[in-house]
Amino acid sequence: MGVVEIIGWVIIVIGVAFLFLGALGLFRMPDVYSRMQTATKSVTFGTMGTIFGVGLVHPEWFWKTLIIAVFIAISNPISSHALARGSYKMGIRPFTKEENMDDLEPVVDKSEDEEE
Amino acid sequence: MSRFLFTFIVLFLIWLGFTTSLATAELITGAVLSLIIASFSYKTFTVEGLGFFSPRRVVLIIKYLFVFMIALIKANIDVAKRVISPKLPINPGIVEYKTQLTNPTAVTILANSITLTPGTLTVDVIDNSLFIHWIDVTTKDPEGIVREIGEDFEKILKEFFK
Amino acid sequence: MILYILIVLGLATFFVVHRGLKGPTPSDRIVALDNITTITTAGLVLLGLYFDRYIYIDVALIYGVLSFIGVLTLARYLEGGL
Repeated sequence: MGVVEIIGWVIIVIGVAFLFLGALGLFRMPDVYSRMQTATKSVTFGTMGTIFGVGLVHPEWFWKTLIIAVFIAISNPISSHALARGSYKMGIRPFTKEENMDDLEPVVDKSEDEEE
Repeated sequence: MSRFLFTFIVLFLIWLGFTTSLATAELITGAVLSLIIASFSYKTFTVEGLGFFSPRRVVLIIKYLFVFMIALIKANIDVAKRVISPKLPINPGIVEYKTQLTNPTAVTILANSITLTPGTLTVDVIDNSLFIHWIDVTTKDPEGIVREIGEDFEKILKEFFK
Repeated sequence: MILYILIVLGLATFFVVHRGLKGPTPSDRIVALDNITTITTAGLVLLGLYFDRYIYIDVALIYGVLSFIGVLTLARYLEGGL
């Protein structure tokens, strides 16, 4: 086992650990937006780490794994942004602990009044 | 013409990335497909054309990636801490982030970067204010929000699209 | 080694599927679906390493692209534009 291969394994293990934490966050968080937060960040980072680590373990696959990792880094934030926007338009409001924490609500209410 | 060439080069690079082979047949297929697609999509694909590649910008891209990677790692350690601790230390809310950027591409990149940095998720973009779901709201003052969330990215992007 | 890693991945998927079944809103289910697809991409690449077959990497790439498009469509549906 070369040094690069060992580094690859370490990155894979770290990535899978973050994937697991992201899934746990999806399980524990109180509302859909907080779930999206943990899910996007940890799962994206974990998947990137795992795939990149495989590229290091198997050097012939390096370029392809790099492309997949970059693609996931670009596509995941876009899809979660689209989902957040969709859920807000659908009428799901975020869970808040204090009053007046939602700056978007007045704006959306105003535009809905104009449509009517 | 310059816009067409730019589209062709980007498409061809994507092809090279997806196939990752340098065989002649693959290269020819890729070139022909890129030519066909570029010939009808260059008008919507880019505004600036070849001017996009300049040495100043390459340096900025590398700098941006560096800042971004550090923010990404920080974000994940932060999220991991919140998930593991039994009490769930969160105080979520949606805040308005007023950006100075005017270029739509720049706003898109900023929104995506914000989604991957600590505790923040872009919910909606209306004109030049981004509405951000923040998992731990520490300040409600507009300048404080800009400073806490995306100042580093915004500085680099402003220079990039100047 | 890879076997244990894949078991951890399976556990992670279990939590996500639990969320997907429980809901309570449609968005929750779609977020769960999005995450299952992302985790599956990682799983495919790891399976490629386990069986030592290059084809799994190609499959993972196409799987990633298609799941991205699928989730975008679902998000558009939530928004009411479909």
